[in-house]
Amino acid sequence: MTARIKPPMELDNAWWWEMAAAGKLGIQRCLGCQTLRHPPRPMCGECHSLDWDAVEASGKGVICSYTVLRHPQFPGYEYPLIIVLVDLEEGTRVTSQLVGCEPEDVDFGLPVEMLIQEDPDGFKLPVFKLAGAA
Amino acid sequence: MPISLKNETAVAGIGLTEFTKNSGVSELSLAAQCIKAACDDAGVSPSQIDGLVTYTLDTTDEIEVARAVGAGDLSFFSRINYGGGAAVGTIAQAAMAVATGQATTVVCYRAMNGRSGKRMGQGVSGVISSSDLIHWSWYTPYGMLIPGSWIAMIANKYMHQYGVTREDLGRVAISQRNHALRNPRAYGYGKPLTMEHYLESKQIAEPLCLYDFCQETDGGCAILVTSAERARDLKQKPAVIRGVTQASTRGQEQMTSYYRDDLLSLPEMELAARRVYAMAGLGPDDIDAACLYDAFTSEIIMQLESFGFCGIGEGKDMVRDGALDIDGRLPNNTHGGLISEGYIHGMNNIAEGVRLIRGESTGQPPKAVEHVLVSSGVGVPTGAMILGQAG
Repeated sequence: MTARIKPPMELDNAWWWEMAAAGKLGIQRCLGCQTLRHPPRPMCGECHSLDWDAVEASGKGVICSYTVLRHPQFPGYEYPLIIVLVDLEEGTRVTSQLVGCEPEDVDFGLPVEMLIQEDPDGFKLPVFKLAGAA
Repeated sequence: MPISLKNETAVAGIGLTEFTKNSGVSELSLAAQCIKAACDDAGVSPSQIDGLVTYTLDTTDEIEVARAVGAGDLSFFSRINYGGGAAVGTIAQAAMAVATGQATTVVCYRAMNGRSGKRMGQGVSGVISSSDLIHWSWYTPYGMLIPGSWIAMIANKYMHQYGVTREDLGRVAISQRNHALRNPRAYGYGKPLTMEHYLESKQIAEPLCLYDFCQETDGGCAILVTSAERARDLKQKPAVIRGVTQASTRGQEQMTSYYRDDLLSLPEMELAARRVYAMAGLGPDDIDAACLYDAFTSEIIMQLESFGFCGIGEGKDMVRDGALDIDGRLPNNTHGGLISEGYIHGMNNIAEGVRLIRGESTGQPPKAVEHVLVSSGVGVPTGAMILGQAG
């Protein structure tokens, strides 16, 4: 089975995937004004500082929106594939996958929790499950 | 004093190739054919072309097609990024070039083997620049690879909030298919679509099904822009450009602007609306027909709100009232649109806007058409244009 598409590991984004590989969901934080931002960018749009660090998110959030992808089916992914937009409790939003859930059970506003999924090839990425689900 | 583009320029010619699923010719050939057709339509020689504009996604270089059609000296050439978001933007470039004397005869073109060649529906290619590649990489590892997946996330939220049903999306698809039934160029010609058939069709990216998607198409479309004054002396009735603008807003991503506070509207389209109405000195009540960009049916309902044809959350009500039909308040995509004529990245919607002004559409509404609104791609940096009758 072909593996999923991998992100390029560049100056502006590699750290986020490295945090994921270490089991953490990262959020970029401006060191100038403390604003959290996602997806990451090299400059703060609020205060224009180039200095930033990353905080570890709790992984708790609620489903802002979702879609269930059925066709076309690409190698490296399992279908039906539930994609969720999650409002994290820290205030930023992240796009991810909902696992361990049937398409008919996903809904707006449901609480979710992050977990790290490891592919057969060793690639790790943050995904979500319904809060309290096994 | 800034130069206003209002009424300075006009579309004097439109040219299209046949639309097919397998053209059997190169994209350069399609480009040359549609540009020659636009010149013939306007009654000018291709040797008079001195400006060319296309999309960054187009594979045909300006000078390649210039040689192919026998163009002479070029003093203006330009490209617009962001897929279908470029459509009206190419006209804005042409209008600015003509109004400021950079060129006199500018042809905007888009030619693509969109079905037999590189298909938009087959996922993001690796041939994209670096910051762009990082942008897409927040989505591709999760399996969001096609435009429908990116749009579905917004469509689902919007439909949930305002009680828009699958039947409402179906009404948009069927209205445009009914228009296509009158248009021999259209994919949907001779292929009626019923609500039953719509609802039974394959789910692609929920809530979007097969008939919510546009038609991957092989073909080319060219639009010839010149001064409004010169257009009066050419072969066709001019479609005067009352206003034209590009638009991108804070927090803009390409297809995935998911991180704004409000996901229930199209801020870039609202900016396009404010600017194009202000430039033209017109409002929604002045618009008689529209060619709203329609890669997906949900985009039509949201744009009815962006352009002020109804209140927030009321787009579905307009659709239920039959507003988009030939005898409705706002006959829309009367050629069938990208959904049922063909997907030439929005350029064919501009051509239809011109036909509506000329009174030559196969879906010409029974009422007088003084002004037509045309928009560019949804969910991307976009634009809008208002075409009007010559005074």
